Amino acid sequence: MMNMRTITIAFGLLFLAACQTQQPGEGVEPGTDTAPQQDSGMAEPIAGGAETSQLGNEQLTAEELLDQPDSPLATRVFYFDFDSAKVRDEFLPVLEAHGVFLAENGNVRVRLEGHADERGSREYNIGLGDRRAQSVRRILLFQGASSDQIETISYGEERPAVLGHDESAWSKNRRVELVYEVQ
Amino acid sequence: MKPMMRKLLNFLIPVLLVLLSSAPARAVITIEITEGVEGAIPVAVVGFDMSRLPVPLKTDIASIITSDLNRSGLFKVLPEADYPQRPAQSRQVQYPLWKSMGAEFLVIGRVLPKEGGRYDVQFQFLDVLKQKQLLGYRFPVRGRNLRSTAHEISDLIYEKITGTRGAFNTRIAYVSVVGQGADKKYVLQVADTDGYNPQTILESDEPLMSPAWSPDGASLAYVSFENSRPEIFIQHLASARRSKMAGFKGLNNAPSWSPDGSKLALVLSKDGSPDIYIMDIATRKLRRITRHRAIDTEPVFTPDGKALIFTSDRSGSPQLYRVELAGGKPRRLTFEGPYNAAPDISSDGKRLALLYGEQGRYRIAELGIEDGELSLLTENRLDESPSFAPNGRMVLYATTRGDKGVLYMVSLDGRVQHKLSDQAGDIREPAWGPYKPLRIQ
Repeated sequence: MMNMRTITIAFGLLFLAACQTQQPGEGVEPGTDTAPQQDSGMAEPIAGGAETSQLGNEQLTAEELLDQPDSPLATRVFYFDFDSAKVRDEFLPVLEAHGVFLAENGNVRVRLEGHADERGSREYNIGLGDRRAQSVRRILLFQGASSDQIETISYGEERPAVLGHDESAWSKNRRVELVYEVQ
Repeated sequence: MKPMMRKLLNFLIPVLLVLLSSAPARAVITIEITEGVEGAIPVAVVGFDMSRLPVPLKTDIASIITSDLNRSGLFKVLPEADYPQRPAQSRQVQYPLWKSMGAEFLVIGRVLPKEGGRYDVQFQFLDVLKQKQLLGYRFPVRGRNLRSTAHEISDLIYEKITGTRGAFNTRIAYVSVVGQGADKKYVLQVADTDGYNPQTILESDEPLMSPAWSPDGASLAYVSFENSRPEIFIQHLASARRSKMAGFKGLNNAPSWSPDGSKLALVLSKDGSPDIYIMDIATRKLRRITRHRAIDTEPVFTPDGKALIFTSDRSGSPQLYRVELAGGKPRRLTFEGPYNAAPDISSDGKRLALLYGEQGRYRIAELGIEDGELSLLTENRLDESPSFAPNGRMVLYATTRGDKGVLYMVSLDGRVQHKLSDQAGDIREPAWGPYKPLRIQ
């Protein structure tokens, strides 16, 4: 677990560096000339940690960052095990990148839509979808996202991503989807 | 001390009975008798005499009664082709003929014209062996209420034989999903218990959930996602007027009514995790009932209004609990199996219908509250949403057939299963409505 934490912090900082010129709450016009980077003061070396550096020169808006196909932010759907609301380890780095992105972009809001597979009671599944959305929310908050940026909703089993009555469908329906809104 | 589980037996090969009535209402539902019953009482139901009417009725009262009685599992209506005579009044009945064909009871009747589109429906329920009348009534009725009158007759026959009021003249609510992709619609409907007279209460592009009948049968509470999040509404059926009862941050789910109709039990997560609350409908004042980080949901009032039964996974998996409204800690009711949820309570307060999950199968079960005995009522894989008939003798539930949700009714001994399938939609979340006011004392 410690290992994972260290890796994800380093990852987060790398990512932070990539978009650090954008102050929370500041909108940046697309296509603006890229002025010399203003240091936000946040990407300092941490004790014993990795030293970060700025990647590239471009100043990307929140929309543009969300549109980068290779960015971790492109991953917006996170799957869960049966009857579980525990975020799988494999998704932690990506979710933490989302948290950092939110922390750095106060104009961005996200809606966490929790879902369950079709098995069992519909109202209990609403509870499960809510619990999954709350698990993701906690990770985003831990990375510095603000609670007013995040809305959670549970659809339970009402909106399956995949139709079907077997595990291959169910595993794709137990999920939380991140839906971004840039203001 | 592990409660015993009764196993189900399949007695007969499935039979498909299509309702032949040419009622003006859309006949969207077929009734499939999937399991027959040994020891069902043989009854003859003679077509009601309409010879005095200028134009025969389109509503076939006898076939509605036949379908009701067959559905109960208690009766087996004998085929009409074998009937030795077609009496309309008891003085015409030649009892020995009916006795020799094996009928123990006989239903006969006639329809007489009255002014202004009204009729008198007369019926008699006769004991063939004792050669005497058990019931005889005359109903004044408007043409459009003829189906309802046929169900009333079924109710009276059922009560005469069992001592328990019949629940044929009641309604059900359910959610039907029609269309696909962008055309997908969620439709909240109300229909007769035999599936006739479906009426749309609400249609939405977003999910509709958890319809719950008010005790007087005049209103439904439900959950609608029409504003992109779950909110609880109450809608008066006759006027279609509705009000939003709960639209708090987070969940607003699983409404159910107090027996006196003055309160709603519901689930809110505005204070953290999903907890049970009670709302006074007139003042909208909330009272918090549970306070636990687990999922607490699906509250239903006990018939005396003094307690709630609900689902909680506070023990690690969903189980049913009872909490006294006077105070005290919730008490666990289910101990068998890893998954017990979606409780409904019988009107006598003695039984719970619930969703029992084990080894990847989710089936309807019944739990005796006092003896703790759990009985499985179905042999399916993906059941949900059990709902008691108002007389507690049958349970309505949803299950999956192919790619669609369908509704079934099962008798409390698990021996009779009937399918109600709207061919058009994917149907779920049935709720059996209360009795209508009695016209006969």
